[in-house]
Amino acid sequence: MNTEQPELKNISEKKDFLVRSSSLKDVRTFSREVFEKLDLDQSLKDELVLAIAEAAQNIVKHAYKDFPDTDDRMVVQISCKDNKLEIAFFDNGKPVEKEKIKHRAIDDIKPGGLGTFFIQEIMDSIVFKEGNKPWINNLVLTKKL
Amino acid sequence: MKFKVSEENNISTVFLNGEIDMDIADNVREVVFPLIDAGKEVHLNLKDVQYMDSSGISVIVESNQRAKQKNTKVELKELSQPVEKVLAMAKKFL
Repeated sequence: MNTEQPELKNISEKKDFLVRSSSLKDVRTFSREVFEKLDLDQSLKDELVLAIAEAAQNIVKHAYKDFPDTDDRMVVQISCKDNKLEIAFFDNGKPVEKEKIKHRAIDDIKPGGLGTFFIQEIMDSIVFKEGNKPWINNLVLTKKL
Repeated sequence: MKFKVSEENNISTVFLNGEIDMDIADNVREVVFPLIDAGKEVHLNLKDVQYMDSSGISVIVESNQRAKQKNTKVELKELSQPVEKVLAMAKKFL
């Protein structure tokens, strides 16, 4: 059976959000609106929204751990080109220490650990890019559709 | 956010609804933890939960751990499809 995804239209949309837990609902709404424009299975859309929300949550929870009342904004950019989805996150929080990003032990489950697991399960790749000034952190998630 | 709670015998049923994320998770803890601490068996009814992420899973795990310490238990009831899916994903991790 041929399960290959039909050709999707190329899109690129981005939006910025206040770095607060109260913005996570808005991040999901934005993501759902963008994915409505792509002919994707609803189950896949739900998974992608979850991955995006978990990544945004990690920015709030970890990059801005010591600054819960920040007025900084984070940017989420969702692009689809040649059936490859690229989701980029930009923030000016604490620089991410890549070696510390891992799953937690079973008896120490916190949102960040499980969230990172979800992202890894859903997406094909997770890359922290450097040199994208003026941003400090630039996380890029990709998935072939 | 407020959640409906019903009581029957020594069982408290908390009816969660909407989208359970990091922003809402503490509201859930504020409702559920005192019930556990009071020694109640707690049932979490999840039929009206449209979205749950790792924060919601964490609340469930923490509630279970807390209930064990208090010699009681937490049960999940009427899982919605989105909750069922995210729990299935989390099982690989847990």
